[in-house]
Amino acid sequence: MRIKRLVALAAMTAMAVSAAACGGSDDNTGGGGAAPEKTFEAGTTMERLHKAQKITIGTKFDQPGFGLKGLDGKPAGFDVEIGKIIAEELGIPEDKIEWVETQSAVREQVIEDGKVDIVVATYTINDKRKERVDFAGPYYVAGQHIMVRADDNSITGPDSFKDGTKKVCSVTNSTPANNIKKYLANEAQQLVLFGGYQECVDALAGGQVDAVTTDNVILLGYVARSEGKFKLAGEKFTEEPYGIGLKKGDDKFRDFINDVLEKIFEDGRYEQAWKETAGKFDPVLPEPPAIDRY
Amino acid sequence: MGLLIDRFDVFASGFWLTLQLCILSGVGALLLGTLVAVLRISPLPPLRWVGTAYVTVIRNAPLTVVWFFAAFGLPALGSNADFLNIPGLNVVFSRLSFDLPYFRFAVIALSVYTAAFVCEAIRSGVNAVPPGQAEAGRSLGLTFGQNLRYVVLPQSWKAAVVPLGSVLIAMIKNSALAGFMGVVGDLSNAAQELVTAEGEAVIPVFIGIALGYLVMTMPLGLLLDRLEKQRAVAR
Repeated sequence: MRIKRLVALAAMTAMAVSAAACGGSDDNTGGGGAAPEKTFEAGTTMERLHKAQKITIGTKFDQPGFGLKGLDGKPAGFDVEIGKIIAEELGIPEDKIEWVETQSAVREQVIEDGKVDIVVATYTINDKRKERVDFAGPYYVAGQHIMVRADDNSITGPDSFKDGTKKVCSVTNSTPANNIKKYLANEAQQLVLFGGYQECVDALAGGQVDAVTTDNVILLGYVARSEGKFKLAGEKFTEEPYGIGLKKGDDKFRDFINDVLEKIFEDGRYEQAWKETAGKFDPVLPEPPAIDRY
Repeated sequence: MGLLIDRFDVFASGFWLTLQLCILSGVGALLLGTLVAVLRISPLPPLRWVGTAYVTVIRNAPLTVVWFFAAFGLPALGSNADFLNIPGLNVVFSRLSFDLPYFRFAVIALSVYTAAFVCEAIRSGVNAVPPGQAEAGRSLGLTFGQNLRYVVLPQSWKAAVVPLGSVLIAMIKNSALAGFMGVVGDLSNAAQELVTAEGEAVIPVFIGIALGYLVMTMPLGLLLDRLEKQRAVAR
C-alpha cells in the first residue's frame, strides 16, 4: 500500500511539473518585441484598444482555410491573418489578441454585447445584418459553388436542380443552404442538411446525394483531398462579400479598418496572407474587392 | 413575441414533421421494446442473452452514436431503409417514400435507441407483478406466451406506465437531433434558421421551439397520468 501511494504521489508530481512546464513555455513563444508606437485620435476605439494593448477578435474555429482551430488551440486561416494585420496596425502585439469562437448564429449578438471588438469570420455582408452591426470591407468575395462526383456530368449548375430529381447537401443554417433552396423544385425531397461538411462529403461519396454546395474555397479544399473522386461543376453563382463586423455607429473605427484594408491590398500583405492560408487550396490570388464605404 | 405569430408557418410545419417522426418512432420503440422485454424474461437462455446484449449495447451508447450508425453506417452497408416505405403508411407520413433516406434512418435510430429503455421500463413493470401470478398461470397449464398475454403483462402495465412515460417524453426531445443528421425541416432545425438566416432575435425563437415540444410532451404526460389512475388498485 505504501509503495502504491508513493508511486501515485510521484506520478502526480511528475504530471504537475510537466503541466507547469507546458504552461510556462507559452509565455516565451509568440509576440514580437515591444509594440510599435502608434498614435490615434483621442476618444476613438483605436486609441482605446491601443492603450489597453488588447483586442478580442471573433472568428470561426471550424472553417478550413479561413478560421480553423489547430491542435495548439489557436485558430489559423485567412480570416485570422486579416485579424492579425488589423491588430498590428493598432499597435497591439500578436500574442495580446484574444481569439473567440463566433459561430454563424451569434455573430451579431457578440458584437452588440461588446464581447468582441471585431468579427472576422467568413461574415457575409447583407442588409439585414447591417441593421444590427456595421461592416468594414469587403475583404474577399466568395462565391457559392457545387461539388459533384467526378464521373457525374448531369449537373452543370444550380439550374440542374429544377427538375426535382437531383439531391444536394449543405450545412445547417448556412447562407449557401438558404441560397440553394431557391433553385429546388421540392425542398423536402432534394435538400439534406448536416452539421458539418464532412458528413455531406460522405453522403456524396456514398451516393445518397448528388451534389454538395457551399463556398468555393471550402469545396476546393475537399476536391484537393479527394484524390480525383470529386470535381466542381459549373461556375460560381453567387457573390458572398466577406466583411469585418464591428459595433454599429462606430464610423471612425470602420474608416480606420477600411484604410488598413486598402493599404494591404497594395503593399503585398494581402497576397501573403492568402498564400499562407486559403491559397493552399486555391492558388489563384483573389482580386481585392472594392471597399464599400457606406 | 410577435415573431411567433408572424412566422407561425415555420413553427407549424416544423412541428408537424417532428410530430410525424415522434409518432413513428414511438410506435416502433414500443413494439420493438416489448419484444426485447419478452426476450429478456423468456425461459430460454439464448433468447435471454440476445435481449440482454441488445439492451446493454444500445442503452450504453450515446444516441448520437446510434444515429451515426443509422445515417452513415446503413448506407455503407448498402441499405436505404426502403423496407420502411410501407404502402399504407406513406400516404400519411409522406417522408417515408422519399428517395432521401434520412427520415427513415431517423425513425430507425430513434426506435432502436428508445426500445432499449422501453424494454427496461416494461421489465420493471413485470417485476412488480407478484410471482405467485405467473406460478398460478403455469400451474393452470398456460404456455409462456399465454401467461404473458393474459396474466402478467396486463398487470405489469400499472407499474410500467410511469417510467414508460418518461422514456417517451425523452424520445420526443431526442428527436431534435434529426436536424443534425440530414432531416430538413423539423422543429428545432427550421426555427433555428430564423435566427441564422434571417437574423431574428434568439430568445423568442427558442421560446417558440420550447412551446412546440411542450405541446407534444404535455398531453402525453397527462394521458399517461390518466391511464395510471384508471388502473388504480386499492391497496
